[in-house]
Amino acid sequence: MQNTPIVAFDQVNKSFGNFVAVENVSFEIGRGEFLAIMGSSGCGKTTTLRMLAGLEAPSQGRILLDGEEVGDKPTWSRDTPMVWQSLALFPFLTVQENVEFGLKMRKVPRKERIERARKWLDRLGILEFADRNIAQLSGGQRQRVALARSLVTEPKILLLDEPLSALDAHLKVRMQSVLSNLQKDLGITFVYVTHSMSEAFSMADRVIIMSRGKVEQIGTPEEIFHHPTNRFVAEFLGSSNIFTGVISSVNGDTLSVRTKEGVFEIRNQKKLEKQAGDSISFTVRSEQLKLDLEDSKPLLNSIVATVVGEEFSGAMANIFLETADGLELQVQKPHEEIRKLGVRHNRNVVAYFDPDQCHILSEG
Amino acid sequence: MTVTRDRMISGTLKFHLFLCVVFIFAPIIGSFVFSLNSDRFPSLPLGSFSTEWYRLIWEDPFVWAGFFNTMIVGFCVAVIATVLGFGGAYTDYRYKFFGKQIYMALALLPPTIPVVILGLAMLAYLSRIGLSGDLYSIIIAHGVMCSPFAMAIIRLRLSQMDPDLEAAAWNLGGNEWVTLRHVVLPFTFPAIIASLFITMAVSFDEFAVAWFVSGLHETLPVKVLGFLQGQVSPRINAIGSLAFVSSISLIVLAQMLLRTPSTRSRSASED
Repeated sequence: MQNTPIVAFDQVNKSFGNFVAVENVSFEIGRGEFLAIMGSSGCGKTTTLRMLAGLEAPSQGRILLDGEEVGDKPTWSRDTPMVWQSLALFPFLTVQENVEFGLKMRKVPRKERIERARKWLDRLGILEFADRNIAQLSGGQRQRVALARSLVTEPKILLLDEPLSALDAHLKVRMQSVLSNLQKDLGITFVYVTHSMSEAFSMADRVIIMSRGKVEQIGTPEEIFHHPTNRFVAEFLGSSNIFTGVISSVNGDTLSVRTKEGVFEIRNQKKLEKQAGDSISFTVRSEQLKLDLEDSKPLLNSIVATVVGEEFSGAMANIFLETADGLELQVQKPHEEIRKLGVRHNRNVVAYFDPDQCHILSEG
Repeated sequence: MTVTRDRMISGTLKFHLFLCVVFIFAPIIGSFVFSLNSDRFPSLPLGSFSTEWYRLIWEDPFVWAGFFNTMIVGFCVAVIATVLGFGGAYTDYRYKFFGKQIYMALALLPPTIPVVILGLAMLAYLSRIGLSGDLYSIIIAHGVMCSPFAMAIIRLRLSQMDPDLEAAAWNLGGNEWVTLRHVVLPFTFPAIIASLFITMAVSFDEFAVAWFVSGLHETLPVKVLGFLQGQVSPRINAIGSLAFVSSISLIVLAQMLLRTPSTRSRSASED
């Protein structure tokens, strides 16, 4: 049992009438893993989570929970507690009674129920509020009540549906560390649905990126961040330096790519099967794109573009460029360097990059 | 300048409101005043203060019989209408089905039918199936009339319920019945009590339908008509005042119940 994944989705489809919410989704979640499912609203991430919880039944495909096919087994017969975006705490019960709820439903005797609930309240640092009403708590305290309520049955897996979206930025970061630590201490599986890249990437062991009901990429935050497989993921992660073109010649590991912006030499580092005539997309990370003034000597892989905006955050500056063809580029450089270079609004500059510092999107 | 004009408008509106309230309550207050007046006929100037008319109704066994009938009917109707109303409201909250709009429109229909027509129809229908002329006939008829009120009150409360609340209870291991008992009922509890009071008050005051179907088992309002047909007696003022006080207490209680929890849950759902 230890080796079987705790969750397996096998070609799962879910449609509501004519609307396909989830299409052909397959993935596995290991025991004790912190998995984030990420995507913009309507991408199917919440539906995926609800199917895992048993709140929706898949239209097609199999869902295995702890090796057992759950299909349309109702949520109350599974042990897949969920932390809701709205928190869904019971307003007519006290904090203590809210936390006891899951145990009460499982007919745990009263005395044990109280003890176990208090243990979890204590663990989450809210024991002193045990007898309060939900309405008397702050946002962060409610969050902890919701967590305690879901964890009190000591499940093997916890589902979280954008639980931090209602909190302010400061509290959000604090709750993120509460969640990560909790997950490490408990050693149980967390499945975390979010639209926020910072939440997903800072907490998760692995991330699934979804769009329009399909899985776009599965991998560790590192892998996804540095090696997005397709244009969607690259764009979703905020990368704006995406070049698309056709391979004009192959010379060992070096590809010549003809694009609207000119011909670029790029290194095929992952040794992908590519031949002349194939269409190809690649990205250059904003901090790896270099910048020079227009009147300097000709460079390899250079693009002339106009500065259309600047944005400063701390010591770094983001320079936004646009080529004559309308391609948007973004360069990140230390503030000081930008100042020395004399980059100004509406000025034409040359952006260039090293053949080794581009990343080929494997799916076109 | 604007401030003065606003003040004038607000003063005028307040005065207008005052006149409306006076207009509405004048007959009730008049009836209350004359119920404590020693004179036989309601005329000015007033005679001396007297509780004579209250003593007379207190000693009248027919009034007591009517009162008991009213109470029995009121209690039964409150319970039946609230159970039916809850069912209707919960159906509306939980389910989507073909023809739901028509179903909801039909469920809310009875109060829009003129009571005389409803009374006549009830009499015709109940006598055909052999259920007319008894106390339970009034209970049936009033149940039909009051359920929509119960449904409206409970529906309002359910509309404030986070749809995730039930799902959260299922997710924590409660099946649908258990969740109904442990989540939906406690959440709607204030509205259920309010519905009991209001439907009871509606039944308490209702005359026309009760008159049609009651036969010999008259409720208090029907009894009052009997008094009026015989002789004009200030006893009616006394009965009227008592009926008004009991109805208004029920309504006020219901209002208080509906107010407190809704503000509480609103503050809870803010974040």
